[in-house]
Amino acid sequence: MSILITPETKIIIQGITGEFGARHARLSLDYGTQVAGGVTPGKGGQTFEHAGKSVPIYNSVKDAVEATGATVSVIFVPPPFAADAILECVDAEVDLAVAITEGIPVRDMVRVKRAMAGSKTRLVGPNCPGLVSPGEGEDSKGGCRIGIAPGYIHKKGHVGVVSRSGTLTYEAVYQLTVKDIGQSTCVGIGGDPVNGTSHLDVIKLFNEDPDTHGIILIGEIGGNAEVEAARWIKENCTKPVAGFIAGATAPPGRRMGHAGAIVGGAEDTAEAKIKVFKECGIEVAVTPSDMADALLRSAKAKGVTLS
Amino acid sequence: MNIHEYQAKKLFEEYGIPCPKGAATSSSDEFESCIDTLGEGLVVVKSQIHAGGRGKGTFTDGFKGGVKLAKTKEEAIEYANKMLGNTLVTIQTGESGRKVQTVYFTEGADIKKEYYLAILLDRATSRPVIVASTEGGMDIETVAEETPDRIFKVFIDPAYGLADFQLRELVTKLGLTKLESKNAAKLIRNLYTMFWEKDADMIEINPLITTESEEVMALDAKVSFDSNALYRHPEIQDLRDLNEEDPKEIEASKFDLSYIALDGSIACLVNGAGLAMSTMDIIQHFGGSPANFLDVGGGASKGQVIAAFKIILGDPNVKGIFVNIFGGIMDCDVIANGIVDAVKEVGLELPLVVRLEGNNVVAGRKTLDSSGLTIVTGDSMADAAQKIANLVA
Repeated sequence: MSILITPETKIIIQGITGEFGARHARLSLDYGTQVAGGVTPGKGGQTFEHAGKSVPIYNSVKDAVEATGATVSVIFVPPPFAADAILECVDAEVDLAVAITEGIPVRDMVRVKRAMAGSKTRLVGPNCPGLVSPGEGEDSKGGCRIGIAPGYIHKKGHVGVVSRSGTLTYEAVYQLTVKDIGQSTCVGIGGDPVNGTSHLDVIKLFNEDPDTHGIILIGEIGGNAEVEAARWIKENCTKPVAGFIAGATAPPGRRMGHAGAIVGGAEDTAEAKIKVFKECGIEVAVTPSDMADALLRSAKAKGVTLS
Repeated sequence: MNIHEYQAKKLFEEYGIPCPKGAATSSSDEFESCIDTLGEGLVVVKSQIHAGGRGKGTFTDGFKGGVKLAKTKEEAIEYANKMLGNTLVTIQTGESGRKVQTVYFTEGADIKKEYYLAILLDRATSRPVIVASTEGGMDIETVAEETPDRIFKVFIDPAYGLADFQLRELVTKLGLTKLESKNAAKLIRNLYTMFWEKDADMIEINPLITTESEEVMALDAKVSFDSNALYRHPEIQDLRDLNEEDPKEIEASKFDLSYIALDGSIACLVNGAGLAMSTMDIIQHFGGSPANFLDVGGGASKGQVIAAFKIILGDPNVKGIFVNIFGGIMDCDVIANGIVDAVKEVGLELPLVVRLEGNNVVAGRKTLDSSGLTIVTGDSMADAAQKIANLVA
């Protein structure tokens, strides 16, 4: 098993006819993901063709969900229209909306998050690489790939990975795969200050998932989401957990690429977060090259088999 | 995006937020006419740079104080002449300081008491928060540490907005008189309207003051905006002052590169913000010091790599370059060819270590190895970081 998505999950893609959305729609189809439909207002009735597969396009999320039974929507629409696209998912009552879009204004996300309170839809992102639950096939094909992560670096298995950053997630996943340690699900929650699903939300899901035996938690400077997750882990999680925090050398007051990656006070530095990780029993990766090894150390100490 | 105090105060005026009357200029010919627009009495002369700590700053020629109180017009002009064109060093500017290109004159205020007021995003609740304190004119982080009971926070529901009862509660906590409370409530409501309508990232007033006549006004103003929202505020975009930005950062943004200069000797070029930050960290871990943060985004096209190399080589402190690319979707061989072409085009002579991983990586490494250039390849981030640290040491 896995969390949030399985190889059987049917997805739709909002913005499938845009260059970015189309490119990743093709890669997801190649991976074997059940891409059931696309949404582009005004292009309903057309189809998206790739490698002998024909994906119907709908005018609205509601139409797409009704026609296909999809439970997940992934959003590739440009920033000025992204908040609207997320709310359309909420209205259509999809289980999971994954916003890949980078550069959505904070005020839009503040309103979206408020509007989503009490709804049945979970949001992952925005400004995130998406999710992957690897499959059984060659290069982990046959899995569910939602977003922009490279599918082939994955391997089906029992480690959960959660991170704000895209390429740093790939780094961790790749380290695991070359050591022949597979993953249950990899979740990129995004680098923005206001996002849907937090580190803690994902950690709770991994903790409940019997098929996830160990967890890699990757964070960065700014905010207190990693600290919140670490404190919960200390009280509630018995699975081995490895952690890494990026940004130890970042100067205070400067945003390091991600809108949320900024040291504002004494509490959100890499040093402060690493200290909390250690206090909470999380095995800290000394360098980004040490993430998989750190998890192996934690697993060994707890007598847990990861593969 | 940051703006200057005098620009922020103009926005304050539009939103009905009282502040002392003021006038700004970038020309010494206009000092006198600026001061003449103000009332009689004291004149405050303020250097306009995008950094805090101006009052306690020192100019590179030894002149002390980026904010001065003048008793006469002549004294004010004398101060202004010392500031304009001079370079001010404060705790926030770094050693090189910032050149003062605009001077702002304001009327002196009759201060009864100083307060602190700010509006920003609270990440934990995903809501705007108003932060106020009775301890104005001080560093708010010190106040938070020493007397946290004197800091008051109001969280705002974005669906309803700022509620009247929240304002009443806040002004009561600040211990204001009846008339001051009325004036402060109006000021805070207007400030929140501005924060929301203009997509501000943060507004900070330190100090906010009360006067003997029970007025409430903003003596200082620090305002920044959400860069992602600038597309819907052309009037705010117009306030951007390129003089306040690092020319290398401006150049980088033209090529969709996110670049931040640091003071080390190993430059890095990385795809992805998280990986770029951790590349800096791993350089330091192995005894080197990073010269910059540079994120080329998801891709890493030849044009971007050439532009990035040129920007990196513009920094005289750079002694070596570390390229760290996780080519997830992109073909590593295409990236490798781009790096080889870029090295040839800019005539790179410094040590270069490249760590490539991902799609078609074997061909990519082969391209680098057979290029005839002295490019060192690394197997992992750690291996490559050690190599560049040794080459530069």
